[in-house]
Amino acid sequence: MADSVAGASAVPHDTPDPGRRNFIHIAAITAAAGGVAAIAWPFIDQWNPAADTMALASIEYDVSKVPLGQQVTVLYRKQPLFVRHRTPKEIAEAVADDHADLRDPATDASRVKPGKAEWLILIGVCTHLGCTPLFGQGEWGGWFCPCHGSQYDTSGRIRKGPAPKNLVVPDYSFTGATTIKVG
Amino acid sequence: MHEISHYEPKTAFERWLDARLPIARFGKDLLDYPTPKNLNYWWTFGGILAFCLATQIVTGIVLAMHYDPSGGGAFDSIQHIMRDVNYGWLIRYIHANGASMFFVAVYIHIFRGIYYGSYKAPRELLWLIGAAIYLVMMATAFFGYVLPWGQMSFWGAKVITSIFGAIPAIGPPIVTWLVGSFTVDAPTLNRFFSLHYLLPFVIAGLVALHIWALHVPGNSNPTGVNVKEKSDTVPFHPYYTVKDGFAVSLFMLMFAVFVFFMPEALGHVDNNIAANPLATPAHIVPEWYLLPYYAILRAIPDKLSGVIALGGAIACLFALPWLDRSRVRSMRYRPQARLYFFIFIVVCLILGYCGAHEPDQQVIPGLAAFNIGDSSINSMAWLSRVCAVYYFAWFLLINPLLGLRETPLPVPESISSPVLSHPAAAPAGAAAAPEKKG
Repeated sequence: MADSVAGASAVPHDTPDPGRRNFIHIAAITAAAGGVAAIAWPFIDQWNPAADTMALASIEYDVSKVPLGQQVTVLYRKQPLFVRHRTPKEIAEAVADDHADLRDPATDASRVKPGKAEWLILIGVCTHLGCTPLFGQGEWGGWFCPCHGSQYDTSGRIRKGPAPKNLVVPDYSFTGATTIKVG
Repeated sequence: MHEISHYEPKTAFERWLDARLPIARFGKDLLDYPTPKNLNYWWTFGGILAFCLATQIVTGIVLAMHYDPSGGGAFDSIQHIMRDVNYGWLIRYIHANGASMFFVAVYIHIFRGIYYGSYKAPRELLWLIGAAIYLVMMATAFFGYVLPWGQMSFWGAKVITSIFGAIPAIGPPIVTWLVGSFTVDAPTLNRFFSLHYLLPFVIAGLVALHIWALHVPGNSNPTGVNVKEKSDTVPFHPYYTVKDGFAVSLFMLMFAVFVFFMPEALGHVDNNIAANPLATPAHIVPEWYLLPYYAILRAIPDKLSGVIALGGAIACLFALPWLDRSRVRSMRYRPQARLYFFIFIVVCLILGYCGAHEPDQQVIPGLAAFNIGDSSINSMAWLSRVCAVYYFAWFLLINPLLGLRETPLPVPESISSPVLSHPAAAPAGAAAAPEKKG
C-alpha cells in the first residue's frame, strides 16, 4: 500500500465516519419533516370557514317587529337567534332570582343592554348538546330543551337539567332605538 | 427472483401478527427487494409517478369537498375555491398542474420502457397493465378537464363524446347515452364528476397489479441483461428509496415552479368563460398531453377513418411487445433501433406541435407551396400526415423488420461485466464495497 501513503490524510477513505452519516440523515429527515409540515397546513386550513362564509357573519334586525311577550327566531351564523320581547313580569321574575342558587351565576342586568331590559337576545342553542330549546316552556317559563330536558329561566339561565351553561348572549349592540346589529 | 423472506419477528406481538396477517413481513420484503444495481435515473420515474398519483388523489379529494358538480353551480364553485376557500388556489393549482406533471412523468416512463426494451418477455403483461394505466389516465384527465365547466371544458367534452358518433349506425344513440341529454349538459357533468372521482382508484388498483407484475421477474435494467446472481442486485432500501427520493425532490422543484410562478401556462384562457352551448371558442385544442393524438385525428379528412387512426395510435402501444421482434432488450446495443426511436420521439413532439395549430396554418410562414389533395404541402395538415405515417410505420413496419434485419452490438455477459472489464474506468476513491454500510 505504498501508493496510498503519498495521499494519506487524517481520515482514510475506507474508514467509516458515523458523524458525517448521522449529520446527513438528520439534515435530510429535518428538511423532509419541514416540507411535510409546510404543505400539511394548507390542507388542514382548507376545512376552516371560507372567506364568503365569514363575510356573512353579522346581521341587523329591527326588534320592534317582536310583539310583547313573544319571541322571533332569526337565522344568525346559520343558527337560531332568539329575540325575546319580555313582559315586566318575566323581567321581575328573572331579577328576583339573581341571587338564587344558580349553576352559572349571572345577574339579569348583565344579560341585557342598559335600559333595554325588555329585549333579551340569545343564541338559541342549548349549551348541553346543541338542540334548540322551546319557547315559554319549563318550570321557569323561559325555555325547555326537548332533547335532554334542560330548563332555562326568563333570563336564559340554566336552572335544571344537564346543560352546564346559560344560553349565550351574543356580541351585539343597539344601532338605533329598536335596531340591533349582531356580530 | 423469488427470494426467501428475511423477515424475523422479534417480539411476541410480531410473531402473533405474522401468523395472522404477515403485513410486517410484506413491508420488509418490499424494502429488501433485490433490485439491479445499475438502474439509472430514468428508472426513478416509477417512484415519481406514484408521487403524482398520490398528489392528485389527495388534492382531488380536498377539491371535491368544495366543488359543486351541478350544471348551474360548477363554474361558480371553481371561483369560490380560487377566491374564498383557505388555500383553495394552491390546492387547485397543484391539482391542475399535477395532471400535466403526471403526464410528463408517464411519457418519460413509457419512452424509458421502450428504449430499454422493458416490455419484452417475461414482462409483456407488466407492459399491458402499464398501457391500461395510461389509457385510464387519459380518460381521468379528460373527465377532470370538463369539471370547471368553462368554454374549453364544454366544447372539449362535446368533441370527445362526438368521436363515438363516428361509429356507423349505432354512433348517434351511443353519444346520446353518454351525455344523457340532447347534447353535453348538466347530466354529463354529473356523471363525469362521478367517474373522475372513481377512476383514480381504478388506477391505484392497476398500479398495485403493475408493481406485482414487476416483482415477479424483477426490474429490467439499462443493459437489458438478466440478473444472474445476488451480487448483481442491491436491496431496494436504502439504495433506491434514497435515489427515488432525490429524484422526487427535483421533480417537486419543477412542479413548484409551475404551481407558484406560471400556474396558468398549461391551461387555456377560454376556460375562464362559463360554458356556453351557443358559441364555440375560435380555437379549440385539447390539453398538451393529448395533442399528438389530436393531430393524428385531424390528419385524416374522413370522420370514421380519423377516429380509427386515433384508436389505432393507442392500440399500437399495447401491441408493442409482439411487434418488436428483436431479442436484444436494450437499445444500447441496437444502434439502428436507437436512431429510429429518436426519430419517433421527435415525430411525437412534431405531432403535438401540429395538434396545437390550425391544420391550414403554414409550417414555414410566408413560403408559398403547391397543393397536394386538399391542402398545401406547407401546412400543418401535411406535416401531421407525414408524421402520422412515420408514427404507424415505426410500430407496424420498423419494429417487426428491424428485429430480423439489424446486427446488434455485443451484449455483455452480465450486469457487472461492462464495469469490471474496465477497472481503469472506475473512479478513483470509489468504495470497494458500496453495498456495505459505513
